[in-house]
Amino acid sequence: MGYKIDEYLRQDKLPHIWCPGCGHGTIMGNLIRGIDKANLDPDKTVVVSGIGCSGRASGYMNFDTLHTTHGRAIAFATGIKLANPKLNVIVITGDGDGAAIGGNHLIHGARRNIDLTVVLMNNHIYGMTSGQFSPMTPTGDNATTTPYGNIDQNFDLAGLTKASGASFIARGTAYNTRQLIEIFAEGLLHTGFSFIEAISQCPVNYGRRNGLSSAVDMLKCQRDSSVNIRKWDSLSEEEKKGKFPTGVLYKEDKREYTEMYQEIIDSVQEEAK
Amino acid sequence: MRDRIKLLQGDEAVVEGAIAAGAKFFAGYPITPASEIAEGLAERLPIYGGKFIQMEDELASMACVIGASLSGLKSITATSGPGFSLKQENLGLGMMIEVPCVVVNVQRVGPSTGLPTSPSQGDVMQAKWGTHGDHPVIALAPSSVKETFELTITAFNFAERFRTPVILLLDEIVGHMREKVVLPNEEDIEIWNRKKPEVGPEDFNPYQETDGLVPPMPNYGEGYRYHTTGLFHDKTGFPRGTNEDAKNLMDRLMAKIESNMDIISLYEEDIRDDDEIIVLAYGSTMRSAINAISQARKAGIKAGWIKLKTIWPFPADYIKEVGKRAKAIIIPELNRGQIIKEVRENIFGNAEVHGINKYDGTLIKPEEILNMIQEVK
Repeated sequence: MGYKIDEYLRQDKLPHIWCPGCGHGTIMGNLIRGIDKANLDPDKTVVVSGIGCSGRASGYMNFDTLHTTHGRAIAFATGIKLANPKLNVIVITGDGDGAAIGGNHLIHGARRNIDLTVVLMNNHIYGMTSGQFSPMTPTGDNATTTPYGNIDQNFDLAGLTKASGASFIARGTAYNTRQLIEIFAEGLLHTGFSFIEAISQCPVNYGRRNGLSSAVDMLKCQRDSSVNIRKWDSLSEEEKKGKFPTGVLYKEDKREYTEMYQEIIDSVQEEAK
Repeated sequence: MRDRIKLLQGDEAVVEGAIAAGAKFFAGYPITPASEIAEGLAERLPIYGGKFIQMEDELASMACVIGASLSGLKSITATSGPGFSLKQENLGLGMMIEVPCVVVNVQRVGPSTGLPTSPSQGDVMQAKWGTHGDHPVIALAPSSVKETFELTITAFNFAERFRTPVILLLDEIVGHMREKVVLPNEEDIEIWNRKKPEVGPEDFNPYQETDGLVPPMPNYGEGYRYHTTGLFHDKTGFPRGTNEDAKNLMDRLMAKIESNMDIISLYEEDIRDDDEIIVLAYGSTMRSAINAISQARKAGIKAGWIKLKTIWPFPADYIKEVGKRAKAIIIPELNRGQIIKEVRENIFGNAEVHGINKYDGTLIKPEEILNMIQEVK
């Protein structure tokens, strides 16, 4: 099917600034296809981003767009959404922006189950600042700030957001565009806090220090280590090693924050009559 | 009439002022001595269809009110010293992207946790220089509960009119003190709302001056589909990374405040032609100053007072003139001397300048000011 790419991208702002081989452009392209597939009204759609490579995505997308401070995009988006619940509010963040400096807002956004769609582009590194380790850099890997190897453990972001109360949790890869478009469309239409981890590749500042200097090799790695959630449970523990499930990992019908607040307004105003 | 007579504390007057100004959104985080503002607005806002949210931290609260304002609601947050420090980065973004909102700081003694329940005026300089880089600042400081109500409305009006965050600096005395206030009729309150674009989306540039230095601002969701960033940007809202854009934007941000000093700079004075000693104060300290002046005058001393209601931008030209006719200026402050530096800088040694400074959580008594007046007369 044809997607309204031209209408939803600010053509005059392209080409984008991301490095050759970066997965962020693919993921942004898929998000735009997902927005189109979900048939969102572009005049009622707001994209909020933070700081870092992922943060630049908002500037290329033709909606109301807000490029904020480092890590705080979900908090800005919370104000935008609660002030006008009719808006579709999308947050684009990264693994440093969303899981490190903005980790508190991620868990509290999920806890409120406020109707935001959070896309976390996970490239396992601080790319814009040239390769310092993030909370998603695998233990043992190399980064500019781990000259003797990374001893930090990673977050399980799907598990973290589930425990925090998110009602839609999914994971996809830059490699599997078809699946990622489906995930985005479903997440955008879900009412409640939707968290989508999109695995990206950074050949320049992550791959090259860790034996994967070509984007093609990194995409092959995404292909070989991802398993559709429908098949995941049938794998043995041995087979699961070094792999991760993709698709919609969790979905729940749950009361949404702005709807609950509207009920308070309605009841308070009724009483005041 | 009777239902407009209230016994309010300063924090409650912020709540009343915000409602009167048309505030529809509050985001905040609990902190002494400002929590009463959050509690009051949590109860009142939904009655008017407004929204209240308690955020996970101070940074999120500042971010949230900026977001709500971009959606079109008049927005406010309230905090005290430690929280004010945490808000600074997002406050800077609000100044840079020109988002109207009100930030209340009920000052307590710092640094750090300090004396959480005691008054201070220690954040005067933080209000001006708290966020990094040069930036425009409007900060107002009420000295009574009635003035708190009035200046809360003024803060919203300045925020909307000049498209910028406005800081309302209370201190713990003003915030917790109770006084009688007669609230004005709704129709007697002047309200300003942000200017909306008169052109359609195709001809719209979000940071283009139209008439005056303040660009019109649409709400999210109205079809303008514009971009906003904390990077230096041109009139289109997009960053180009040029030095020219950086200078042009900074110059306009400063000029929109500086060229409107006649509107923004609020102060009162009681200075007779032959008064030689002037006490300049703001906030709760003003109350002791006025009392001390009246005692001094009874004793035949030629003394008068200046009350600053707008602290930033500082009324430099006015103070220059005062410096020419005064023999001495006395500045009582609940800090180690912050506004006194601005005064010294602007009077060129024409008058003696003396500070009375307390930073231990106690207030400055009228007698302490009177003693200083007698010393310098």
